[in-house]
Amino acid sequence: MRQRKTNGASSLIPHPSSLRAVALSAWLVVAGALFGACERERREFKPAPPPAPLGNVAQSELSPGAPQPTPPTKNPAEDQAYALNEGKRLYDQYNCTGCHFHGGGGIGPPLMDEKWIYGSDPANIFQTIVEGRPNGMPSFRQKLPDDQVWQLVGFVRSMSGQLPKDVSTTRDDHMNARSSEQRTEQQGPVSTGGKPKSAEQSH
Amino acid sequence: MSGAIRLRGHGTRLSSYLLRAGAALAVLSLAACRGGVQSALDPEGPQAARLAKLWWLFFYVSAVVFVLVMVALVAAVRRARVRRDETLTALDVTDEPTVAPAPAGERRMTNAVVGATAATVVIMFVLLVASFSVGRALSARLEQNNKVTIEVTGEQWWWQVRYWDVAAENIFITANEIHIPVGEPVTVQLKSTDVNHSFWVPNLTGKKDLIPGKVATIWLRADRAGLYRGQCAEFCGFQHAHMAFYVVADPPEQFNAWLAEQRGAAAQPATAQQQRGQQVFMHATCVMCHTIQGTLAGSNIGPDLTHVAGRRTIAAGTLENTRENLSSWITDPQTFKPGTRMPANKLAPEDLQALVEYLQSLK
Repeated sequence: MRQRKTNGASSLIPHPSSLRAVALSAWLVVAGALFGACERERREFKPAPPPAPLGNVAQSELSPGAPQPTPPTKNPAEDQAYALNEGKRLYDQYNCTGCHFHGGGGIGPPLMDEKWIYGSDPANIFQTIVEGRPNGMPSFRQKLPDDQVWQLVGFVRSMSGQLPKDVSTTRDDHMNARSSEQRTEQQGPVSTGGKPKSAEQSH
Repeated sequence: MSGAIRLRGHGTRLSSYLLRAGAALAVLSLAACRGGVQSALDPEGPQAARLAKLWWLFFYVSAVVFVLVMVALVAAVRRARVRRDETLTALDVTDEPTVAPAPAGERRMTNAVVGATAATVVIMFVLLVASFSVGRALSARLEQNNKVTIEVTGEQWWWQVRYWDVAAENIFITANEIHIPVGEPVTVQLKSTDVNHSFWVPNLTGKKDLIPGKVATIWLRADRAGLYRGQCAEFCGFQHAHMAFYVVADPPEQFNAWLAEQRGAAAQPATAQQQRGQQVFMHATCVMCHTIQGTLAGSNIGPDLTHVAGRRTIAAGTLENTRENLSSWITDPQTFKPGTRMPANKLAPEDLQALVEYLQSLK
């Protein structure tokens, strides 16, 4: 200390060792941030046992008596970009496109708009896939493992922009008439039949 | 003096390293000579023979060059030490640069460097021409009329194999096992649906990449009946290492018998248990991805199982095709191939038994 006081000019320049310490800590912060990014999502090769079977899922917000808001179901696939990509692949490979096309609908209802006939909650879509719906939607009970159904549910919801952009899938390799799910603005959701007209979100 | 000693110590350590490296190289090359079902040094076809010749040319040239360079290096180190000992005492310590005509030794060294550089360039050109001509020969058609045309599609992580035929009803699809007739040139068309893969059967031919959106064609011929292992040679994801296949070269009559068998529909379930197995197949996840010709199962996401029991391995060369392996694979494929597209299947024990029984009957 005494040495520094006597040598006024050199005390303005930080001691080399403290400079090194600053550089080291800056480097550690950057490295920490980078390594933290590695853990953004973790891929499980053996998916955890599927969540408890869904009980009675509300298909409409209409109920006798006072409205009972139900918390949205948590879809395990919805915060993983990989799972949603798998959903996109399966959507094509399991021939969902055969009826719903790439979201625009045809034989089956469109999936990229704000209208949800049987509800927009992940639990509703899960049930739609597993149970099937009247007038054409087949039941995939036992034909799909639960984790694949969740992946499909996630992808279907991303088609109308329900999911954050950082997990939604990017554009297809082939030609596509619409922009990628990542760039889709959020639609609705509005369940038909549920709410009175005045309560619908305007677009 | 101490410098000289250090140098000398250095020299002996260097030469001992060299000795060890040389021994390791010799052992490696001897081991490679053994060959087997997957070895480029055990060629069984014209393409692989060319490649093996090229490999040995490279090996011998590189070995000679390596030995010469090492000899020169050791000689240089020794000479420098001797010279240093001689000149150390005679040298005047002065700041003045000494300007003197290059001694004869200097000229000799310049000549040696120029000569070595010229030799290097010549050798590189020889190797370049050899490599180029082999490359040309490899991508050339073997004969004008190839009787067998096979389309191989790389999938993550298995191989779909389609045998083309002029008659549509004779076209069939199999997976991970390619049968070819001995002595006849075969056209192989290579495709990919997802990412880049590379088709490599070292005993028969060199690598060729499978690129999505592109069809690559190679020609190969096996001159000796046998079993050759192939492997994906372009990193393609988690299970790249478990993306293998076998090429079975059969005598023509045996090959034709195999063709006739493969062209037929799947065997009908003969026993009650097999019948139950078929029902399990049709009502579980299996039917979503696999095809069994002659039944309602017709999806092409996973390997075609019409004649699965006739194959040597399952899961692209990962497991031997046995009852036990088949049932463990169906129950828990992620243990054997983490990341594979095949999901785990929870089946009741008797259902699993029946399913395996049925699959084993699909000869």
